[in-house]
Amino acid sequence: MSKTVLKVENISKQYRLGFVGTGTLSHDLSRWWANIRGKEDEYLKVGEVNDRTKYSKSKYVWGLKDINFEVKQGEVVGIIGKNGSGKSTLLKILSRVTGPTTGSVKCKGKVSSLLEVGTGFHPELTGKENIFLSGAILGMKKQEIQRKMDEIIAFAEVERYIDTPVKRYSSGMYVRLAFAVAAHLQTDIILIDEVLSVGDDSFRKKCLNKMQNMTKSGQTILFVSHNMPALQLLCRRGILLNNGGLVMDDDMRKVANVYLNNEGTENKRIKNIKTKNDGLLISYFSLEVEKPGVNQPIHFNLSLSVINDKLLKLLKDGLALIDLYIDIHNSIGSRLISLRHMGVRIQQSESLIKVTLENSNLPKGNYSVSLNLNSVIGHLFYSSNILNFSILSLDGIDSEEEWLGFRLPSKLSIY
Amino acid sequence: MEKKDQWDTVILPKINPFDLNLREIWEYRDLLLLLIRRDFVAMYKQTILGPIWFFLQPLLMTLVFTFVFGNIAQISTDGLPKVLFYLSGITVWNYFSNCLTEISNVFRTQVHLYSKVYFPRLILPLSIIFSNLVKLGIQFLLLIIVTLYFYTKGIDISLTANILLIPFIVLLMAILSLGLGLIISSMTAKYRDLVHLVAFGLRLLMYISPVILPLSALPQKYAIFIMANPMTAIIETFRYSLLGTGTFTIEQLMYSICFSLVAFIVGLLYFNQTQQSFVDTV
Ligand SMILES: Nc1ncnc2c1ncn2[C@@H]1O[C@H](COP(=O)(O)OP(=O)(O)OP(=O)(O)O)[C@@H](O)[C@H]1O
Ligand SMILES: [Mg+2]
Repeated sequence: MSKTVLKVENISKQYRLGFVGTGTLSHDLSRWWANIRGKEDEYLKVGEVNDRTKYSKSKYVWGLKDINFEVKQGEVVGIIGKNGSGKSTLLKILSRVTGPTTGSVKCKGKVSSLLEVGTGFHPELTGKENIFLSGAILGMKKQEIQRKMDEIIAFAEVERYIDTPVKRYSSGMYVRLAFAVAAHLQTDIILIDEVLSVGDDSFRKKCLNKMQNMTKSGQTILFVSHNMPALQLLCRRGILLNNGGLVMDDDMRKVANVYLNNEGTENKRIKNIKTKNDGLLISYFSLEVEKPGVNQPIHFNLSLSVINDKLLKLLKDGLALIDLYIDIHNSIGSRLISLRHMGVRIQQSESLIKVTLENSNLPKGNYSVSLNLNSVIGHLFYSSNILNFSILSLDGIDSEEEWLGFRLPSKLSIY
Repeated sequence: MEKKDQWDTVILPKINPFDLNLREIWEYRDLLLLLIRRDFVAMYKQTILGPIWFFLQPLLMTLVFTFVFGNIAQISTDGLPKVLFYLSGITVWNYFSNCLTEISNVFRTQVHLYSKVYFPRLILPLSIIFSNLVKLGIQFLLLIIVTLYFYTKGIDISLTANILLIPFIVLLMAILSLGLGLIISSMTAKYRDLVHLVAFGLRLLMYISPVILPLSALPQKYAIFIMANPMTAIIETFRYSLLGTGTFTIEQLMYSICFSLVAFIVGLLYFNQTQQSFVDTV
């Protein structure tokens, strides 16, 4: 049995919400006064369960509450949970960026964290200089970076620009270089927060491969991600957080299913977004999947409200028509499905547009939806990631086979 | 029962402020060097005038002071040429003032680093001390050139062994500004508005220091304020060791040394206590 390298005991983290600044002095004084009188610290009591969807008067929340787990050497653990569930907070505490309010963390070996790519990059420095700086900030020695320099440059594929200040880089090149440095970190325990989704498609695949190699090399890794397929590929074990508490700690596949099932029933809806034209508002955009399985119809509802009379007249008269594009992307960002409806005519100040995709043929996985609205009076709206949804296989067959393309019906005849 | 395990790192809600973990800082020395280099390269590349700016800034300030305090207000310059008097004061003052300002703001300006990755928190304040040392070196060169110019003009400047005091003076300033800076930055993590106070306080402190007013020409009424300024002895000693003119007493110097050491220790402990969780509030 391999030894335990990370032990998290009763970790809790309390945050103060709202404006921090004036007023804290008085808080501190009263806290200090309570301490002097030997009373229990009041502020440690008032924190409540942290659910971002519920409004609460309390100014203190628990970002994490009583987290306990252990990680053995060489384990690769995926940490999942909805937004605000405390994943980043947990990694921050483990990486010592911030301290816990209660509890303790014990670890063996060197811990490095990768909470963001490109930490420490300076636009005026050249690519090479930035590799040194960023590497050193991540905890590498100069010699070590020197030794891996060629490998890093090759991985990032920016040889030609390596002596150019990074402010001249395209954002993709920048991210590639930043990730390349991080990917060559070699420490005992690595904490990674949501950094898989960088760069273009081919680079993302490369990153995923690199990560897979990392998991095989016996490093202990904790991953935070919303990308379930990637997590299932990389991790054996999963930890599910919800509202700051640890809900489940089990096989990654099981944990992901529990998470997706709960998330899947949540009504996917985005409300009140402004468009580029002040007269037009997206009152909501929502997505409904009748049943969270494969081959189910997907309904998109787009409700538009026109608040400007002039614009309304233009639209009514058919002088301004709206082109609607809804695209579905897979978890690594490739566009799989594109729904287009050109020249949609709007007649009322409040209109609901329904688009139904009868049979998406999408395999199980996570998807994101982009929405694009265009018209002759100008470009109206674009969001590359307005909604996310998942498709689960409910038939219980969890094949490990990698999905290579759409399975479209075809006829086979033998003569 | 739990086995007696050997853990490399134990993270607890409170850290012992006396545990400075110097070994860890030593392990990150490469980062310190790279940060100093970064500051220098960035400064060099970002300003339009590049390295000339290092010279221009103290020169311009000296000219303004010469005009306003020397010519209009007719304040004594201790028998030194006005330009030399002000330039020497400004050179040392700039180091102190830049270090203190930058360190006071370090949590806020560097939060993008502090909140994303762990490294010994003291590294950034230390890098500020050293980066400014490079700047001080360049400006000191300017001072030497100006001094030599006046020397050839026949102004009496005797070069003595006192010049060896200068590294000590610089060290003292580094300790003082680091200590005060750490105290203020730790406080700004909680009470933000302090930053404005610091800028104001520093300006005030300069006006009650021998940058403008030599101790020898001190009106009795204000003596106590100027004497209370820990930079007073530092500036006077600096002038004395380089130019041979200045009033400094061992008591005054001892006061500055003690003040600096106390500020340094308090700052270090306070900073060490704040560093663990300041990212939540900055
Ligand atoms: N500095 C802070 N001050 C106050 N509250 C905070 C602070 N940092 C985090 N929180 C709160 O703690 C909770 C957990 O945040 P955390 O960033 O860990 O979520 P997460 O699981 O990483 O979410 P996401 O999936 O969006 O990255 C959130 O409700 C957040 O508002
Ligand atoms: Mg997060």
